[in-house]
Formats: sequence, C-alpha cells, structure tokens
Amino acid sequence: MSHFRPDIRQRAEELVALYPQRRSAMLPLLHLAQEQDGYLSPEGMAEVAELTGTTPADVQGTATFYDMFHLEPVGKYVVGICTNIACLLAGGEELLEHATSTLGCAVGATSADGLFTLEETECLADCNIAPCVQVNHRYARTTTPEAFDALVADLRAGKRGEEIPEHGTLIRVKRNGGLRVPASQIASEREAARAARAARTEEAK
Amino acid sequence: MAQLTAPKIVSSRSEFADSHTMTRHLATGGYSALKKALAMHPEQVAAEVDAASLLGRGGAGFPAGRKWSMLRKAPTAYLVVNGDESEPATFKDHYLVEREPHQLVEGVTIAAYALQVNQAFIYLRGEFALGLERVQQALNDAYDHGALGQNIFGSGFSLDIVVHPGAGAYVCGEETSLIEALEGKRGFPRIKPPYFPAAIGLYGEPTVVNNVETMSNLPWIINNGGAAFAALGEGRSTGTRLFALSGRVKNPGVYEVEMVKNTFRDLIFDPAFGGGIVGDKALKAFVPGGVSAPWFGPDDLDTPLGQDEVAAKASMLGSGSVVVMDEDTCVVRAAWRITKFFSRESCGQCTPCREGSGWLERIMYRLEHGGGRREDLDLLLDLCDNIAPGLSWPPQQTTICVLGPSIPSSIHSALTNFRDDFIAHVDHNGCPHD
Repeated sequence: MSHFRPDIRQRAEELVALYPQRRSAMLPLLHLAQEQDGYLSPEGMAEVAELTGTTPADVQGTATFYDMFHLEPVGKYVVGICTNIACLLAGGEELLEHATSTLGCAVGATSADGLFTLEETECLADCNIAPCVQVNHRYARTTTPEAFDALVADLRAGKRGEEIPEHGTLIRVKRNGGLRVPASQIASEREAARAARAARTEEAK
Repeated sequence: MAQLTAPKIVSSRSEFADSHTMTRHLATGGYSALKKALAMHPEQVAAEVDAASLLGRGGAGFPAGRKWSMLRKAPTAYLVVNGDESEPATFKDHYLVEREPHQLVEGVTIAAYALQVNQAFIYLRGEFALGLERVQQALNDAYDHGALGQNIFGSGFSLDIVVHPGAGAYVCGEETSLIEALEGKRGFPRIKPPYFPAAIGLYGEPTVVNNVETMSNLPWIINNGGAAFAALGEGRSTGTRLFALSGRVKNPGVYEVEMVKNTFRDLIFDPAFGGGIVGDKALKAFVPGGVSAPWFGPDDLDTPLGQDEVAAKASMLGSGSVVVMDEDTCVVRAAWRITKFFSRESCGQCTPCREGSGWLERIMYRLEHGGGRREDLDLLLDLCDNIAPGLSWPPQQTTICVLGPSIPSSIHSALTNFRDDFIAHVDHNGCPHD
C-alpha cells in the first residue's frame, strides 16, 4: 500500500527512471515526500527507501544532512530570512527580530496557528535585494519591516497562493517525458565516435 | 575609468523581460552556436575552448579546456554542471539559471558534444525553485525543438540532460561532494587523490564537473571563436566575467565586466556599476571573491579584476562576489557571522574544520556580544593557524576539502587590519557599535 498519493507515486517512479542508479533519485524523491506531507514523515521516508533500494534508516540519515528537509511538521509557510554577510550589512538581524514579533514565534519555531515556521537561513543568493526573505523557497523580496508585514497579512488572508505555492520545491517542475537516449544506443554512439576519431587521427598522420 | 567596450557574452539578453523563453532565445541567435558546433568535429570544438583559455567560473579558476583534456584518453561517462551556488554573497548563477536557462542548456549541449557524453546533469541548489522550473522548461522546449534528445539537429549526436535539485548544503558546491549528493548520499567531500572526478567521478566513472557560468560562455565562444574570447581581458584572465556586487554600495547587482581591464575601484565606484558607497561614506574593507577569500582594504582598490592580479595580493577572485563594508561596519560582527556560516556548513568529517569552526565561532560570539577576553585575540590566531598552518594564501590544507582552510580568512583579515576594533570589543565587553 503506497503512502504516496497516486500522482506523487507516478512522478516518483518517473524521477527514478531518469538516473542510471535509482539511489540518485534520493533528493528529488525527498522533495516529493515533503510536497505531499509538508515534512518528511516516517511513512514518506519508508516509501523513498523502497523506491531507491535503500533502508529507512539510510534515507533518514541522508535527509538530516540537508537543511531543506524537515523531520518534524512545519507551518504551511516556511519563512526564511538571511542574516549572512550581505544581508547582515542591510539589517538582516533586525528584520529577523521584527519577524519574530509579526509571526508570534521564535526563530526555529512554528506559530501557534500552524501557519508559519520562521528560519534564520544562510545566503540565498539574492544579495542585491537584501535582506533576503524566502517563503517556501520563493523570493519574497520584502526588505523592510513594513513590506514584510504586508506580505504576512497577505499570506494570512490566503492571498499570493499563485506566487507562493505550498511545500514542494519541484511542485512546478514538470519534465515532458523520460530519457530519450537508451543505454544501448549510448554504447553504440560512443563506439562510432571513437572509431571516427581514430580514423581522423590516422588520416592526420 | 571603467572599460565598457567589451561585448556582453553571458548577459546579452538582460534587457528583455522574457529572456528565459525559447522565443526570445531563438530571436537573439539562440541555438546557432550548437548547430555550428555539431558541424565541427568534437575535438575542434574542444580546441576552440582551449583557444579561449576559459578559466572555470566556479571559484577555483581551473582552465576548463585542461579539465576536458584529462578525459581525451578515457571515454567520458558523464558531464555534471555545478549550479549549487551557495558561497555567501554570490548570486551570478542565480541570474543565469533564472534569466538565461536556454543559454545554459545550449552551452551544456555543446560541452557534451565536445566530450562525447550522452548524459548530463544540471545540479541546482534546491533554494532555486524558480530556477529549477525555468531550466526544466528550457529542457522541455529544447527536446521539442530537436536541440536535445535523439539525433540533435540531424547530427547523429544524442543527449539527455536531467536537472537535479539539491537540498540545502553549502559543501555540495565542492565537486566530489556534489557527486555524492547526485548519487543520493550525504554530501561528504571525497578523499583525495584522485584530485579530479575525471579519474573517478559519478558512479566511479570519468566525469567532468563545470560551473553554470563556465557553460554559459560556450555559445558565444563557438559563434565568435576562441581567439575573439581570448582577445578580451589580459594574461590568463580572458573574456568577461559576472561579478556579484553587494553590501554597502548604491547599486548592488550582477555586472558583466571585462577581466583585468577594470579594477575593484571601477566596480565599486563607477556609475556604470556600483555607483559608490551608500551615503558616500568611506570604504573600510571589502571581500574580493567570496567569503572564503582574505579581505581587501582601500589600498587594494586599484587591483585589476583578474585571477592572477588578485592572487598576487594574497587573496582570490574566487566566485566573483564582492561585498563592500563602509566605515560604520563592525568588522568583528561581520567576521563572526561569516565564521558562524562555516561552522554551520562544515560537513563534520575533518576535526580541524568541524571543531575549529565551532570554537572560533564561540570566541567571536563572545567578543561581539560580551564576555570576550584580551587573550582571545591570540587564541583566535592560534586556532586559525591550526586549521590552515602558516596562515598564508593560498592556504595550507589540513582537511579533505577547501571548506576548512577557507574558515580563517575573515578572522585573520579582520584581526590583522583592525586589531583596535577587537580590543575595543574586549574593553567595552561587547560591540561598541550597539
């Protein structure tokens, strides 16, 4: 019995098929598991283990290495505010402090209504619009306390759904089909290329 | 005076809001370079890149052509593109994947043809949600257009490209760590030797790993010739480069600048680029090439933006990120935050990096927030010396990867140049700026 919804399960199997070894699909599959459950549930990780030919312990051990994976439930909106060097110089720490009062939760915690989780992040590579704010890994580009509060008000009112989808980094990443070049063809194309090159080298002599 | 005569090589479509679409790409010469490359022999394509003397744009600055040449004897198995851009204050690849995804796909396809690789992976950091969407859309469009997949443009060459999301780990920008992540494991850098994945890479097979910006240069190089690229810049630093400018400048942003012909002064102060410091304050210090690099001061402003020119002054051009600190900046706070970053991102395999970064961070924290001691200053340098013995540049290495030896740069720079600021923090029992 699959824990994944049928659509997620199908996307998961398509992802596995893109790699020469199925374990390579680990990170994309964990993103999918998080897309469905909002975090990495034990059931989700068990299904990733089955899909990648690993064990649930191996999956969990891998997932904990990466900052984007949550091993516990998080808010509907994960708000990340950067305080690294460029953002520090632009008031990132002050904006993070302001966010704790707007959202009503400490850094690393989730608001009582379950709507927001606040994170202090490392550099998010958008340093010309600092301090950098991401919501569910979409750049919000709200650099002032006022703009941040307006964003939070919008999110509370259920607006911005188009712009900021729920969890799932790959939620809008849709590949239009599987691999086009079968492994057998790769071998024959390489062989032909090698022969052609050897002939050119010979000719040059 | 800034030299602005060089053509835009990787950011030529920046004026178009739809620069990420196939329509715009085709309307501006897109995929002409790929067609041209496919009509050449693979080794001729590689020879153009060699002639361009294109240095890798990821941070280490290794010549791309030489990286490729290591594979000429062995049949290459895989091409992997490094888009895990996470060096603090570096945001040029972010620009390229969101704004120029087709240029990237075209460049990767050209490289794959030169290397005779039939499967390539584009690894993007997971926080680039929109970048992942746009690169995938570009791949979909390229397949539909016949620019990817079976028998590309009727050439007999076939290629699949898969875009792979990271999940938040700075160390995965290190190429062997990136390969581990691509194999579905924790991103632990691999023990060297072998020094290059060209020997043992993805699934143990020969692999080339190149940066996003490096790949994005290839369409222009094929269209205009390696010699035209090499004619720009000077010495080993050929062509143009994207610089990510941030911090206390009026116009932070990504700027494409001809190498060597422009200086840090041009980049920070010229109206075409940074436009000067916010509030016309005085410059205190700046990071010349990512936070792994030792800092520069006002005396270094006339250093040209070139790899060897910056290396000659015992720092590095690195990832092309320049962070400006003005006279009001607390350098202790800045160095503490950078150290906190390394402490958080250390993968934990090697003791000097794992323990050293945390220890340094705690000392810097108490200097900044109260509780610092006069003897901490010597202790900081002693710890830095244990991580990178001699505190020279380029640094000595005591760890598997270069994350470790990058840790001391900011503390060593700040303490050497602004020792009085540290003493003031001790005397004030915390930050005098607060």
